[in-house]
Amino acid sequence: MRVPRIFRNSSLVIGALITLAIVLLALLAPYVATHGVEQMDMRNRFAWPSAAHWLGTDNFGRDLWSRLVYGAQVSLSIAIMSVGGAAIIGTTVGLVAGYFGGWVDLLLMRITDIFLGFPAIVLSLAIVAVMGPGIANVAIALVIVFWTEYARVVRSTTLVLREQNYVQAAKALGANPARIIFKEILPNALGPIIVLASLGLGTAIIAESALSFLGFGLPPPTPTWGWTLAYGTRFMRDEPWLAIVSGATIMITVLGFNLLGDGLRDILDPRQLSRGGPAKR
Amino acid sequence: MIAYVTRRLLLLIPMAIGMVVVTFGLLLLIPGDPAAVLLGQEASPDAIANLRSALGLDNPWYIRLWDYFAALLHGDMGRSIFQNLPVSEIIMSRLGATVELAVVALVLATIIGMALGVIAAMKQGTWVDTVAMLFAQLGVSMPVYWLSLLLMLFFAVQLGWLPSIGRGEPLPSALWMALTGKPQVLWDSLAHIILPALALAVNSAAIISRLVRTSMLEVLREDFVRTAYAKGLRRPRVVIRHALRNALLPVLSVIGLRFGALLGGAVLTESIFAWPGLGQLTISAISQRDLPLIQGIVLTFAIIFALVNLVVDLLYAAVDPRIRLG
Repeated sequence: MRVPRIFRNSSLVIGALITLAIVLLALLAPYVATHGVEQMDMRNRFAWPSAAHWLGTDNFGRDLWSRLVYGAQVSLSIAIMSVGGAAIIGTTVGLVAGYFGGWVDLLLMRITDIFLGFPAIVLSLAIVAVMGPGIANVAIALVIVFWTEYARVVRSTTLVLREQNYVQAAKALGANPARIIFKEILPNALGPIIVLASLGLGTAIIAESALSFLGFGLPPPTPTWGWTLAYGTRFMRDEPWLAIVSGATIMITVLGFNLLGDGLRDILDPRQLSRGGPAKR
Repeated sequence: MIAYVTRRLLLLIPMAIGMVVVTFGLLLLIPGDPAAVLLGQEASPDAIANLRSALGLDNPWYIRLWDYFAALLHGDMGRSIFQNLPVSEIIMSRLGATVELAVVALVLATIIGMALGVIAAMKQGTWVDTVAMLFAQLGVSMPVYWLSLLLMLFFAVQLGWLPSIGRGEPLPSALWMALTGKPQVLWDSLAHIILPALALAVNSAAIISRLVRTSMLEVLREDFVRTAYAKGLRRPRVVIRHALRNALLPVLSVIGLRFGALLGGAVLTESIFAWPGLGQLTISAISQRDLPLIQGIVLTFAIIFALVNLVVDLLYAAVDPRIRLG
C-alpha cells in the first residue's frame, strides 16, 4: 500500500502528533491530572519522578505533571485567543490594503510598519504594565504585537489575487468590494494565513510564558508554565529538575507548532520552501 | 542612489511620528485616572494632584500629545516618576551596555548561523544536514530565558568557568586597556559577556542558518556555479567566492531585522544575567509603573530599530543595484 504523500512530510507528521498530544492533554486535564493543581505536600518537596508523582513535585510539594497539564489549558487558551485576534485584524487590514491599493494601502502599511518597529516583548510588557495583568489583557497585548505579520503577508497575496481572472470577472459582474474580498480573495489567501497562525501559536506560547516568567503575566496561583519555570529558577542551584522540566515542556510544545507550521508551508505554500531544495529552475 | 537615500530618509519622518503617537497612546490604555493608578492606593490626594499636573493630565489629550512632541524635539523625554532624573539621562546611561550585548550577540549569531547553514547545504540529505537543521529547529523553539538559565547553570554554577552575573569593563575601553598592557581586563569583560550574548544569539543563529541553507541550495543550482566547476575551480573556492556571496544577499536583510529581535530579547537575558542595560531598566520601570520612563524606553527601542533597518536597507541597495533602480 502506498503511503499518502501528506504522511511522508516528516515535519508535518511529528508536528501534528506533538500538537495533538498537547491539545488532548489540555482538554482532558481533569482526567489525566493525578493530583489537584493546588494540592500541597510540604514533606514531599522537590521529589524525584515516581509512580505517585510522574514528573516529581515542585517547591510546595505540588504534583508537577498535574500543574503542567492544567498549565497547558492556560497557555493554549491565551495562544489561541491572541493568534485568532491577530489573524482576524491582520488579515482584514491586509485584504483591504491589497485590494484597494492607492492611499488606503499606503496608510495601512505605514501603520503596520510602525507597529512592526517595536520589539515585541518590550511593547507587550509595556501594554500589560499599563493595563494590568489578566488573561484578556495578556491576549490583547499579544494581538497588538502580532497582527502586523498577517497584514503584510495577506496584502502581498491579495495584490496577486486581485489581478486573477475570476476576481476581475466578479468585478465586471458588479459584485461589491466586500463580497469580492471575503468570497473570492480570502478563501484563496488562506494557505499562508494558516501557516502563519501555526507558527504564531508557538511564538505566542513563548511570549506568554516570558511575561509570566518576568512576573507580568497572569497572577498566581494560575498554574501557567511561565510561573512554574519562574519558581523553578529560584531553586535552580540545588534543585534544577523543576526548571528543566517546565522549560522543556514549553520547548516541546513550541517545537510541535513550528514543525506543524513548516510542514503545512510545504503543502499549502510551495513557493516559500523553508526546508529541502527548491524546484530546479 | 542619492534619490533612494533621500526617499528612505524622508520615510523615516512619518514613521517616527507614528511611533511617538503609539508610545503616547500607552498612557490612554490605563484604566481610570493614570495619576492615581501610577502612584498606587496609599497615595495622598495632593500627590495625585501634583502628578496630574506634572504629567499634564488636566489638559485634553491632543494638547498633551502636542506638548509631548514639542518636548521630544528638544530631546526631553520627561522625568522619571521614581528616580527624579530626566528619562533621557537614565536611558543614555544604560544604552551602551545593551547595544554592546546586542552587537556581540549579532556577531555570534551570524557566524554560527552561516557556518551551520553552509555546512548543511553542502551536505544536503546526510546526517550532518539533519543534525544541523534539528539544532536550528530547537534553537527557534527554545525560550531565550530558559536557555539563559541552562547556560548559567552549566557553565557558571556547575563548572564554575564563567561568572554568572554582571558586566566587566565596557568592551571598547577594555580593548584599549588590553592594548596598553592590561589584558586581564579584556578577559574579564569577555568572560562576562559570553554567556548572555550566546543565550541571546542562539535563536537568531537558528533562523539565519535555515535561511543560509535554503539560499545556498538555490544558488548552488545556478548556471554560474556549474560554469565555475566546469572551469576546473576547486570546491571551497566555488562555495566561498561564487555561491556564498550570492547566497548572502537575502540573508543580509534578515540579519538587520534580527537586531531588533535581539534588542527585545535583551530584556529577558539582561534580567537573568543582571546585565546593567536597557532591558534590566525596562523590567524595573515596568514593575514600578514609571510611565514616562517606560514610554522613553519603548520609543528608544523603536527608533534604534528603525535606524538599524535604514542602514541595512542602504547597505543592501549599495550591494544590489536592482533594489534602488527597481
